[in-house]
Amino acid sequence: MTDNEFEPTIIAFCCNWCSYAGADLAGVSRIQYPPNGRIVRVMCSGMVHPNLVINALTKGADGVLMCGCHLGECHYQEGNKKALGRAEGLDLMLEDFGLEPERFRLEWISSSEAQRFAEVMAEMTETLRALGPSPYNTRG
Amino acid sequence: VEKKDFLGGHALKLNHTWRGELIKPYVDDLVARVTGHPQIEVHLNAEVTDVQGFVGNFNSTVASGGRETVVPHGAAVIAIGAHSYKPQEYLYKENPKVMLALEMDQALREHHPLVTAAKCAAFIQCVGSREPERPYCSRVCCTHSVESAIRLKELNPDMDVYILYRDLRTYGLRENLYKEAREKGVIFIRFQADGKPRVAQTADGGLQVTVHDLILGIPVTIRPDVLTLASAIVVKDQEKLAQMFKVPLNHEGFFLEAHMKLRPVDFATEGVFVAGLAHYPKPLDEAIAQAKAAAARAAVVLCQESIKAGGVVASIDPAQCSGCQACVGVCPFGAIDYKEPEDVCEVNQALCKGCGTCAGNCPSECITLLGFSNQQIYTQIDQALADLKLDAEAAG
Repeated sequence: MTDNEFEPTIIAFCCNWCSYAGADLAGVSRIQYPPNGRIVRVMCSGMVHPNLVINALTKGADGVLMCGCHLGECHYQEGNKKALGRAEGLDLMLEDFGLEPERFRLEWISSSEAQRFAEVMAEMTETLRALGPSPYNTRG
Repeated sequence: VEKKDFLGGHALKLNHTWRGELIKPYVDDLVARVTGHPQIEVHLNAEVTDVQGFVGNFNSTVASGGRETVVPHGAAVIAIGAHSYKPQEYLYKENPKVMLALEMDQALREHHPLVTAAKCAAFIQCVGSREPERPYCSRVCCTHSVESAIRLKELNPDMDVYILYRDLRTYGLRENLYKEAREKGVIFIRFQADGKPRVAQTADGGLQVTVHDLILGIPVTIRPDVLTLASAIVVKDQEKLAQMFKVPLNHEGFFLEAHMKLRPVDFATEGVFVAGLAHYPKPLDEAIAQAKAAAARAAVVLCQESIKAGGVVASIDPAQCSGCQACVGVCPFGAIDYKEPEDVCEVNQALCKGCGTCAGNCPSECITLLGFSNQQIYTQIDQALADLKLDAEAAG
């Protein structure tokens, strides 16, 4: 980390079947992307409780990324649709917590889309760098 | 469970495979073995109307002739097959000289005078396939038409045989059939989706097919005595069955397997398997191979004395559960039941696939997905952020 540039921290919830495998492939393929993500493996994007997202943000993560299989390709039929529904609710919650909507992002990444995973990570890091630290980030 | 009053389905309408093996003796032998087997119960004229239970413990209602019987079973293979698309185009059903590929087979089998006396025959490919409403390729029709064309040439080498196609795929070793057809003098004419052949009826009841030949660049007119349409393979009446067994369909309505490469005959729902045309259009040899695979996979379920639930399943803490039933509605596998006397919900761990959607939906966070509890995830988040704090302190 350089002194003058802010490095955001992103908690990324990746589903076991698509996005986690996609992230894994990005690593295996040695695709370069910013090291700002911290991946938490979950079985399905549909199991991510909104409280987990809010918890991560209020504990000082600068952004939360939620990744699941493409719609219609969920390993559990439609967990990702549930995640999509919750994401809409989360946008409202973010507002209540005084956070910018850009701090939460939902993406569909399949297990073959390593490049896409790297792009999303890079994009989100860039967005958060421009946005600055989260008000809950006390690391200074 | 067979919808019709006989076993065998479409296989009985085919004459031989592309390798020339006769189909009817094979099917007859199979039917005799099935009907004569002491442990196989055949329900003819029957339909499944209800399915309850889960892997190893299904109870399906089979309706037959107004009577309903509940059949307990451990596994299910969905092999409902498919149908040929009945074209609205190309004068089908309007002129008796226009027939479908399977009707051509029948005519060849029965030495129908329409075919034996024909001096000119034409085939039109991709009828109903690779259209906006049916974007898939029906796979078997190229080979089938080439095969029938060869039979016609064998019947009468002087017959003019034309195959009008968009793209011809006699894949694998079937390529030799295409070569053979060319050697025998079958004429292949290519057309494009926006320049389909036009079929008209002449005053004497004959047919006139006009097609724009892409190579010559001019319209070509053929007057066939018999016209065969290679119509698409479509699946029908499958939605209800898919809902009952809780298995997915793809965009075209065919049954969708759990994984194209890793679990090709399984469904995401355990204990349910797929084979044949219901899965996607395929020739007989591939359907048989798939059926054997599905039977072997089903036997894996049946030969077990007991089935262990997977490690990653959800469980509800009854002490914290308020009985709101938010979890019941979101479970894609119907694994959660509401217990009215205790006013709590309970997970049936044999049905639970461990997606955790219920855990994500529980307002009181009292559902734990074993191995992925919210507590574990909170700790992971804390740890991910704590490391950074230490880094920041170390860096000063």
